[in-house]
Amino acid sequence: MSVANVSAHDVSAHDDHHDHEHEDGFITKYIFTQDHKMIGKQFLVTGMFWALIGGFLSILFRLQLGFPDMNLEFLRPLLGGWITETGQLDPNFYLALVTMHGTIMVFFVLTAGLSGTFSNFLIPLQIGARDMASGFMNMLSYWFFFTSGVIMFISLFLERGPASGGWVVYPPLSALEQAMPGSGLGMTLWLVSMTFFIASSLLGGINYITTVINLRTKGMSFARLPLTIWAFFLTAVIGLLSFPVLFSAALLLVFDRSFGTSFYLSDIYIGGEALPNTGGSAVLYQHLFWFLGHPEVYIVLLPALGITSEIIATNSRKPIFGYKAMIISMLGITILSFVVWAHHMFVSGLNPFLGSIFMFLTLIIAVPSAVKVFNYLTTLWRGNLRFTTAMMFSIGLVSFFISGGLTGIFLGNSAIDIQLHDTYFVVAHFHLVMGSASFFGLMAGVYHWFPKMFGRMMDEKLGSIHFWLTFVGVYMVFFPMHYIGIAGFPRRYYSWSTFSFTDMYTDLNMFVSVAAIITFAAQFIFLFNFFYSMFRGRIASLNPWQSNTLEWTTPLHPKHGNWPGEIPSVYRWPYDYSKPGAKEDFIPQTVPLSVTPESNLPHEEKLVNLEKEIIAEEEQVLVANEYKGS
Amino acid sequence: MEEKLAYIEGAEQPLAMHPKKFALWLFIVSVVMIFASMTSAYIVRMSEGNWLEFELPDIFWYTSIVIILSSISLHWAYLSAKKDSLDQLRIALLVTAILGVTFLIGQWYSWVALVDQDVYFVGNPAGSFLYVFTGLHAIHLISGVIFLIIVLISSLRFKIHSQNMAQMEMCTTYWHFLGGLWLYLFMFLLLNH
Repeated sequence: MSVANVSAHDVSAHDDHHDHEHEDGFITKYIFTQDHKMIGKQFLVTGMFWALIGGFLSILFRLQLGFPDMNLEFLRPLLGGWITETGQLDPNFYLALVTMHGTIMVFFVLTAGLSGTFSNFLIPLQIGARDMASGFMNMLSYWFFFTSGVIMFISLFLERGPASGGWVVYPPLSALEQAMPGSGLGMTLWLVSMTFFIASSLLGGINYITTVINLRTKGMSFARLPLTIWAFFLTAVIGLLSFPVLFSAALLLVFDRSFGTSFYLSDIYIGGEALPNTGGSAVLYQHLFWFLGHPEVYIVLLPALGITSEIIATNSRKPIFGYKAMIISMLGITILSFVVWAHHMFVSGLNPFLGSIFMFLTLIIAVPSAVKVFNYLTTLWRGNLRFTTAMMFSIGLVSFFISGGLTGIFLGNSAIDIQLHDTYFVVAHFHLVMGSASFFGLMAGVYHWFPKMFGRMMDEKLGSIHFWLTFVGVYMVFFPMHYIGIAGFPRRYYSWSTFSFTDMYTDLNMFVSVAAIITFAAQFIFLFNFFYSMFRGRIASLNPWQSNTLEWTTPLHPKHGNWPGEIPSVYRWPYDYSKPGAKEDFIPQTVPLSVTPESNLPHEEKLVNLEKEIIAEEEQVLVANEYKGS
Repeated sequence: MEEKLAYIEGAEQPLAMHPKKFALWLFIVSVVMIFASMTSAYIVRMSEGNWLEFELPDIFWYTSIVIILSSISLHWAYLSAKKDSLDQLRIALLVTAILGVTFLIGQWYSWVALVDQDVYFVGNPAGSFLYVFTGLHAIHLISGVIFLIIVLISSLRFKIHSQNMAQMEMCTTYWHFLGGLWLYLFMFLLLNH
């Protein structure tokens, strides 16, 4: 067995060698690249493209909701037949818009764009690896995602429109072509696209887990991993366990749609005629879907929380408060995320007793979430705060996480859910706690790691304008929605102003729409800043945020392989900020304890001797290697 | 102190497991999740009533024996590779691949038997689920046979021997898993039909 391991080592050493000497051409460097950093950037740019489309779709349906009588004739060049004769938005197209907005934002932007970008970019850099465990699988993961995106994009231009049954695509609406225009080819393409997406997520996730477990550098124990890596790791675990279930759900739906089986269909009459399908169960789909659907919320949120932990600690110049508590609460969230799915189905005819169990489990999630919030606030407390753009976005995330999380406690109650289910209250809740919070995590990550990605700094002034417009804008959009929702305004409705009691909320809706348009427009400031800084930004220093983690020990433009020489070893945890006695207010992970006797704590002093022995051994190995090489 | 020492030594060798083998295990986890969700969907659906009762095809017993035999022959291949007896390795791999194909043919005849009983893919979910279980498993098994053939080709090129077992070990893991998966599905169907 040991012999086999040695040969494996030789093989990987050979690969590294190969990577260093090989000069990449345009195609292997920018398109079919196996370098995790470039793949991360590919995910980021693709995610930004999808965020723009998803955001634009939401502006279209906000126009309808805020200004139902508006003449949308000016959109005809773009939307063509989807604008009716009278200049209104076609109701079927409205449904397609909300469906596509949801699908794009949840899967393409906040799963692939967030997890895909930062897991790929940061995992090897922060754990000290040359690349992912399998660069080829990683490349495949991106191109599966790309293919999935192309298919979804094509579906936007179908004559009968893209899938329209909501992003959850519940049957029978999604299973029967006669049900609505979007359930035809649009739905088929949605399913094909999602199959590619699931394959992409699984390829990515398997790679992330393997890399984190097997390729950490010397000294990088699990107790010294940055919280970002913990978050990406647990996200990948959740994805690995939940995406196959979505695959099962989708597969059975495909059989129902295209082969005439009856997994989800039973006793349906269309135009007075009975369909042949009997014996299916529509609730079965909901169980399968939400078994993915709920963990998906944490797939979206956990990476953002991890990024926030890192940025808040760095910019507060303080160790993260409760490092272990952070890990344990993330583990708790990971486990709990799999046992709460039915709280999305309280009004589906679920057994009320089962409902109370799921309610109990759901409310428990408030505990680890509150621990995390508490730790963020206590890390900020009396810190030496630096309000970089990334820091502001991270604090914004904490704000959304609190205000959106509180409403979750109401929604988690099966009794209150009877009133609130499928109203704008739900929309407001998940847009704050999952949508905006994760989006802010994504933004924080981009602003923070931009210097590492492109070797230049983003403009801080534009950054803070972008932050304030977005932060205020998000609250302006989603706070009023709570009121609209409590008043009973249901989500996914084309129009709800036919009753006098609902008419009262038209002005609030108008307000929300205007705020949404301003918030969307503010994102172009970011886009300009991003692309301008990529080419013209101030050249970054090697460690612009004076951070401790390993990625800042690489050269300004790391090549494939990340470190030109040996991979650095790690001697301490990543949060030694403002350590009493230390010369500077940060000590990078690569600084051995033996070099910093002035700041070592008593228990670290004991480790120093051990460390010296290891360093001595290492030098022997290095000398031996040089001898072999010559 | 001793505990600390052990921990640092552990950290010195971060390559705890062959990354590709580890990735294979993770892939197996995702396949497990697919079948776990399918079989729980089966139970959930069955408890709702309106469930077609029919006899499982007897041929499942024979295909189960075939798949167990194939696992035994693959283990024989594994041991031969460890002992560097390459001729035996090739024969054993070939036997395993043939048994795998035999299993697939047997599964096809189980479908024929189902059709003879008037249980079709389209109809009551009780039957449809059976087709989905066997079909999905067969697709995975085809990928396993392809893997076997790849390993067979490598062994013909003298790339598998006691010093180079990674590919062989991965193939063995995957194949035993697929065999176990079928036995699980068969037991599950025997208990819940």
